[in-house]
Amino acid sequence: MTGLYEEIREEPAADVPVRRVSITVNGAKRTADVEPRLLLAHLLRQGFTLTGTHVGCDTTNCGACTVLLDGQPVKSCTMLAVQADGHEVTTVEGLAGPSELHPIQEGFSDEHGLQCGFCTPGMMLAAKALLETNPDPTEDEVRWALSGNLCRCTGYQNIVKSILWAARKLQSQAGT
Amino acid sequence: MSTEFVDNDRKPVGYGRMLRKEDPRFVRGKGRFIDDVQLPGMLHLALLRAPIAHGRILGVDTTAAEAHPKVKLVVTGAMLAERGLAWMPTMSGDVQAVLATDKVRFQGQEVAFVVAEDRYAARDALELIDVEYEQLPAVANVRTALDPAAPVIRDDLAGKTDNHCFDWETGDRAATEAAFADADVVVSQDMVYPRVHPAPLETCGAVADYDAVDGGLTLWCTTQAPHAHRTLYALVSGLPEHMIRVISPDIGGGFGNKVPIYPGYVCAIVASLLTGEPVKWTEDRSENLTSTAFARDYIMHGELAATRDGRILAIRTRVLADHGAFNGVAAPTNYPAGFFGVFTGSYDIRAAYCAMTAVYTNKAPGGVAYSCSFRITEAVYLIERLVDCLAFELELDPVELRLANLLRPEQFPYTTRTGWVYDSGNYEATLREALRIADYDGLRREQRDKRARGELMGIGVSFFTEAVGAGPRRDMDIMGLGMADGAELRVHPTGKAVLRVSCQTQGQGHETTFAQIVAEEIGIPPADIKVVHGDTDQTPFGLGTYGSRSTSVSGAAAAMVARKVRDKARLIASAMLEISVADLVWDKGSFAVVGDPTSCVTIQDIAMHAHGTGELPDGVEGSLEAQVHYNPENLTYPNGAYICVVDVDPDTAVVTVRRFVAVDDCGTRINPMIIEGQVHRGLTDGVGMALMEMIAFDDDGNCLSGSLMDYLLPSALEVPDWQTGFTVTPSPHHPIGAKGVGESATVGSPPAVVNAVMDALKPYGLRHADMPLTPSRLWEAMRGNPQPPV
Repeated sequence: MTGLYEEIREEPAADVPVRRVSITVNGAKRTADVEPRLLLAHLLRQGFTLTGTHVGCDTTNCGACTVLLDGQPVKSCTMLAVQADGHEVTTVEGLAGPSELHPIQEGFSDEHGLQCGFCTPGMMLAAKALLETNPDPTEDEVRWALSGNLCRCTGYQNIVKSILWAARKLQSQAGT
Repeated sequence: MSTEFVDNDRKPVGYGRMLRKEDPRFVRGKGRFIDDVQLPGMLHLALLRAPIAHGRILGVDTTAAEAHPKVKLVVTGAMLAERGLAWMPTMSGDVQAVLATDKVRFQGQEVAFVVAEDRYAARDALELIDVEYEQLPAVANVRTALDPAAPVIRDDLAGKTDNHCFDWETGDRAATEAAFADADVVVSQDMVYPRVHPAPLETCGAVADYDAVDGGLTLWCTTQAPHAHRTLYALVSGLPEHMIRVISPDIGGGFGNKVPIYPGYVCAIVASLLTGEPVKWTEDRSENLTSTAFARDYIMHGELAATRDGRILAIRTRVLADHGAFNGVAAPTNYPAGFFGVFTGSYDIRAAYCAMTAVYTNKAPGGVAYSCSFRITEAVYLIERLVDCLAFELELDPVELRLANLLRPEQFPYTTRTGWVYDSGNYEATLREALRIADYDGLRREQRDKRARGELMGIGVSFFTEAVGAGPRRDMDIMGLGMADGAELRVHPTGKAVLRVSCQTQGQGHETTFAQIVAEEIGIPPADIKVVHGDTDQTPFGLGTYGSRSTSVSGAAAAMVARKVRDKARLIASAMLEISVADLVWDKGSFAVVGDPTSCVTIQDIAMHAHGTGELPDGVEGSLEAQVHYNPENLTYPNGAYICVVDVDPDTAVVTVRRFVAVDDCGTRINPMIIEGQVHRGLTDGVGMALMEMIAFDDDGNCLSGSLMDYLLPSALEVPDWQTGFTVTPSPHHPIGAKGVGESATVGSPPAVVNAVMDALKPYGLRHADMPLTPSRLWEAMRGNPQPPV
């Protein structure tokens, strides 16, 4: 059941098995009955209405659907929702609260690291994973870490600057 | 040349670097894109597509699909034909099948659709539709499309017996022939601008919501031109235009891909009409690449006539244009080849002539897209490659050759031999700025040293003139709709404002820059100005955003409407200060009495007065608002000088773009930060097109690049740090002197990359190889086997 009531169909439902999954999304436990074939990206977007995660391709190239699974970047279009059962998922909506911003979000805005905004959530999550393992990356390391995320608007340079901006801010925060 | 632009930290009102107002929602994942739209009861539509490029439809069996428990509706071409909706007009006066009825004409063409409770079920049901085809030979190679034996693709057109689409010519043929006859030197070169695709990261989609009670249709849609779409839907569907509301929400990139009306939009509308429920259609990447508007596909033969010392006398070109199965080119009615007529480029050329033939092939429709400014990408590529070919033959430095032929500042406004009136430019200063940033002489020295060591380094230059801001309504229209744009400005009692515009951003930052334009004109801080766009119920009519026309047309409208409001504010100020208007002086944001700056009223004071109970001058109504519709008197002609530096691995033919210097002149710069981002984008397009991207087909018309596995887009690893610069030569006819710039880098950068690669390969005696210069294609070319891409 998803709400106060659930309508029961008179005709038999399609013969598709359903599995129950529990995923901690942005710190809150979410439980859902899903078809095993349901992609994690679709569960996040349609099921949990976390529409910041985007879908830009059908072959796992673009990275617009990147989320963090137990802190690791994964392309949520290439993972079944049932595979995330019992794991922690962070989406763009979990980067910061409504009033404050994560330094990566600030960096993207300050350095004009986004235009249409469609790749931005995936880019920022890939960046978060990078900075957690490598807090002081070189430009080349940033470019390598982003190579699974395509952007059609920025030409990447300002994205690189955004992430280096965030790295500096995070380091100065850690130092104080 | 350069003008200083102050940071908005110090100057909160007007032009300058200002962070974007749209970013806060996007960095939080709170943008609202088409697939984010969820409505109560919403159903999902999926399209069945043709598996072959050309074939007759013998039968469609939908029985099994209809029996699927989650399926609500299955519709075939035959069912649409009963309602007169199986075909729709294109933006170039042709027709396109919404769903195929008689036969399919390209692989990926729409054949039927399913509406189901969710997108998975809809896709399941597609598999249950059985279509029987009689396969026909396909026309995949444009060069054979006009052979008498070629199968006729468009037998739906009465009397059609071949694949000829249209002929077009421009320039003076006789004068050009004469100039060529007298020339010392003639270089000629065949070159192909291959078919590519704009591939916005967000694909196309729509949510149609027909309200059977009031007869109104709301269509959320990935459209760059919401008002034009609304009018076309009214004309085609018979729904009254005031009952159609098109909403273009946040759009995840457009690049021209989202200008045309696609069958999916029409099917979603039909599905909502038939089911009475909202219906969502979102295509996947492979559908986007194989069925929506492609770009380029011009097969060009170009010739330059010159004197032996490098004075260009004339240019002549023949073009074979592949338009696919339906002529869906989105271009002004009088311009079937777009603005290709600017192929004389940035040079003082005395004679020019072009003859073009466009043909049908068994491929997806399109042509004008991907930041092409209506075919200027092709035009600039032609001239800039030809100039380098001439430099190659004359053994001249390509920069020296350009400097000797560039238009001079005093020649503007300059009428080209093909009739285009360039507004302004200081080309030599722009080129010299690029040479300075790049240290061109130093680069040539480095190249000499490397060549001596057997290393392959290339330096490529391009200089381009764009033509953007379509356009004067006396001769520019899209399906009869004049290419003017509206703006409406309302100042609220407390001095905050709402600007409503007819253009539609897809990431270009209009919500920020249009607020800056109004701020500059009436002194309200940009943060206090909300920019509304994309909702046809809320915004004034206009033709939308493509062809870098927003700043040129809508930007002008925004400035003009702000001036109209300011004129009214001046009248009100005179009443408030009890002094004649002639004695008022405007200092951005307030009117003061001449000679007495302490006697002044701010625009905010005036707004409150206008809405209040105080005295107003005779004939002046309360409130502070205005509307204008701006009809440009000419296009704007931004220009730029680009220098690309590449290294080529002699063993693998891998090209590395090491440096790229781009100097753009788009006149007055509203927000340098945003311009720079636009340029970065276009330069990446250039690297992609020159080295990686191509929509290829096999002999049977199978699309070989229908996913991002094969259609390669540059990642952060394939592009360098860009070096940008600028000069400022305002457009004399534009209210704020601003020219468009969004497509300049896409137009200007591909020839710079190709010129650089060819320059690197000079030791091989190779003058030209066609894009994309992938390692395998370039490796063949280095061994004397250059192959055209089709």
